[in-house]
Amino acid sequence: MIDFSSIVTAVDCFLESAMPHQLAIVVKCILAAVCALVAYLSFAILMIYMERKVCASFQCRLGPTRVGKWGLLQVFSDVFKMIIKEIIEIKDSDRILYNLAPFLVVMSSIITFSCLPFARGLQVLDFNIGIFFIMAASSFGILGILLAGWSSSNKFSMIGAMRSGGQMISYELSMGLSILTLVVLSGTMQISEITEMQTKGWFIFRGHIPAVIAFIIYLIAGNAETNRAPFDLPEAESELTAGFHTEYSGMGFGFFYVAEFMNMFIIAGIATTIFLGGWAPLYIPGLEGFNHAMCYIPGSIWFIGKTLFIVWVLMWIRWTFPRLRIDQVLVLEWKFLVPIGLINLLIMTICVVMGWTF
Amino acid sequence: MTEMEVKFIELDEFRNAMQRERERGMDFLREIVGMDWGEEGLGAIYILENSNTRENTEIGVRTTEREKPQIPTVSDIWQVAELYEREVFDFFGIEFTGHHDLRRLFLRNDWVGHPLRKDYDASETLNPVRLESEPAEEFQREYDIQDDKEMAKIVEKLKILHYDQFIINIGPQHPATHGVLHFHLALEGEEVRKVDIRCGYIHRGIEKMCESRTYPQILPFCDRLDYLSAHQNRHAVCMCIEKALGLELTDRTQYIRTIMDELQRIDSHLLMYSCMAMDMGAITGFIYGFREREKILDIMEEVTGGRLIQNYYVIGGVQADITANFARKVKEYCNDQKMRIKEYYDLFVNNVIFRNRSIGVGVLTREDAISFGATGGTGRASGWACDVRKRYPYAMYDKVEFKEILHTDGDCYARLLVRLEEILESIHIIEQLIDNIPEGEYKVKTKPIIKLPEGRFSASVEGTRGEFGVFIESHGDKSPYRLKFRPTGLPLIAAAHKIMKRCKIADLITIGASLDYVIPDIDR
Repeated sequence: MIDFSSIVTAVDCFLESAMPHQLAIVVKCILAAVCALVAYLSFAILMIYMERKVCASFQCRLGPTRVGKWGLLQVFSDVFKMIIKEIIEIKDSDRILYNLAPFLVVMSSIITFSCLPFARGLQVLDFNIGIFFIMAASSFGILGILLAGWSSSNKFSMIGAMRSGGQMISYELSMGLSILTLVVLSGTMQISEITEMQTKGWFIFRGHIPAVIAFIIYLIAGNAETNRAPFDLPEAESELTAGFHTEYSGMGFGFFYVAEFMNMFIIAGIATTIFLGGWAPLYIPGLEGFNHAMCYIPGSIWFIGKTLFIVWVLMWIRWTFPRLRIDQVLVLEWKFLVPIGLINLLIMTICVVMGWTF
Repeated sequence: MTEMEVKFIELDEFRNAMQRERERGMDFLREIVGMDWGEEGLGAIYILENSNTRENTEIGVRTTEREKPQIPTVSDIWQVAELYEREVFDFFGIEFTGHHDLRRLFLRNDWVGHPLRKDYDASETLNPVRLESEPAEEFQREYDIQDDKEMAKIVEKLKILHYDQFIINIGPQHPATHGVLHFHLALEGEEVRKVDIRCGYIHRGIEKMCESRTYPQILPFCDRLDYLSAHQNRHAVCMCIEKALGLELTDRTQYIRTIMDELQRIDSHLLMYSCMAMDMGAITGFIYGFREREKILDIMEEVTGGRLIQNYYVIGGVQADITANFARKVKEYCNDQKMRIKEYYDLFVNNVIFRNRSIGVGVLTREDAISFGATGGTGRASGWACDVRKRYPYAMYDKVEFKEILHTDGDCYARLLVRLEEILESIHIIEQLIDNIPEGEYKVKTKPIIKLPEGRFSASVEGTRGEFGVFIESHGDKSPYRLKFRPTGLPLIAAAHKIMKRCKIADLITIGASLDYVIPDIDR
């Protein structure tokens, strides 16, 4: 299996030898940021195209077909359109917060994105409290959404923002609980280590029942975190026109749009990392030949494949279910997911203490 | 029910007489027709029905006073009268004493004059095209009932909405109002405290225009009322005129009209299902419904040339004969639809989220449904057997076998189920007729200039969202003296007003979708 850490080390050595230490660090930071941004944007484009095609096939349609072969250039032309659009100044809006909000949302999702381990050694941020950092960085995005609704001087946006505040802060809780369950199982918070441990069996199999429950809770909470149907109340278009981003035009709207798609990718990526083994290939104890063959598939393909599968499941849910009502959303979280998550955490702890895991 | 016998009552006796009628069991106020009889004064005709025995009475009242005409209100006896009386006030300037919220319903607050009066001055200097927004009325007006002739000053008693509440406007441009309707809401958190529904954004004065058109020229307006039951609307008008003239239609015409009516009904119910799915956020459900609706529109297009506005029925028959492929295509479609309807249940109707959001939401009781005159699917979901096809069979409806779908829950879920089950009943009706369309003329000859005999005529059909009625008062001319359409949507709006109180914003959208109103029909 290819180990990207050797390539990274080689680049590191080259930079250190070619320039002074301080400059090398600056150049490395810039390089990493550029790589993360390029990956972020290319995945965003992939996700938007995928959403359109998947949605179309669920609805007995074809989706984009005109621009480019199979509509491949559709997303690029959309981005172009969005860039050349005028950014409208809203009367009575809080100008600074209004312009800051989309950046906060995108920033939060880029920081979280850079924590994803795409393959062994191919990860921008990796340190001993990685999971903790991911949770902190992703909850940062709520601030942007709240500010967007608050500052755009529109009552619909305001309701949307309040809804999303209530919803996202609530679901953060059960998302945290289900991740914690897996942290108990793995015994570490470092992302690279968590993945490394799963080369000998994915956690969803090793943690059996509590891990599966945690996985399901995580998917529900993750869906709610990304504001997608059936939890798309903050932007419920038949109630609030476009919710918190009603007043945004051009790239302001574009940022929210991209961040929403990338948040879905990130949620799926984290699920892959902690439940489905990240870049680790499928490992079945006892079948050595099979395991060996699986290792020939590069880790990045495993990671992206698993992530896109979960993304596809999330899209399937989105294009099937109607929207919940705000009281139902909160009842689901506080009366069902949180208690179940807490009990599940306890079960997992008992399992780990008693050694009932694989 | 063609020729009407109106019983006129003295103004002093009127309120007592109406109360006696209500106690006698006349619980369904079908419509209030405002009238201007010129010399004989202004007044109104109240068409009442007993919802159990189907007994009808028409009661008239008039006042010779033109400056300040006053009639006692009946809005406390029949709830729907609240909006009907506002309409009469708007068009005729008749003040209903005792009415607690007498504002104009359709026209702007600053409109000069009352347009359906015969002495109305339509000059543009009085009512120019105004470019500024309508000043919003903030107060409810109450007209007290007083013993002496002098009317009490307008009492500005209650603010319609208190501005210390969080007020939002849903509409006139909003994705969920299905047209230009305006909900003025006072919210407390997510909860709706008070709803004020404002209509009139698409008011075109069709009833006024009809008074200056000949009878065949009236027909195209009907398609533009409730555009999703274009055929039924024309059916009512044609039927009323044909009965007044004593025209006998051929069997072929009746068969074609019945089939087209039912196709239109399926078309509209599919749209209702689709839009409900869309409003609840299930966009895939929406596309599924439109997939089948497209096939009906194709059939319609082949026969009538139009997809939405069809101009098909004419006095004495239909515009053109059905095409050779018609029967085959309709049968193909019916077989397909029967299978597809299962998909709607699997995808959307039986979905747990949808059930949780619609069961027990926006409950309209049977008593309220009758009092509001909420006919059609809405009334039948509340357990009121109000189908005109059963009450007063017309065309082929007494010769075909079909069930009247009744549910008793009266909530949003029941209202959707009624529509979906009616689709199957309509298919059942079509299947009984489609193979037996008799040969013959599709249209009988009429005189080149149609003049109705003197009198009052009415006819009503089951439109797709309720009873659609036509009332014509003819003075023997080639155009009607007064023509009134019974809107199917206005009673629904009146009922919405009541059941939307204290619900969540999301429920408001669900209730709106389940009532299935069409705005051009409300505003006319």
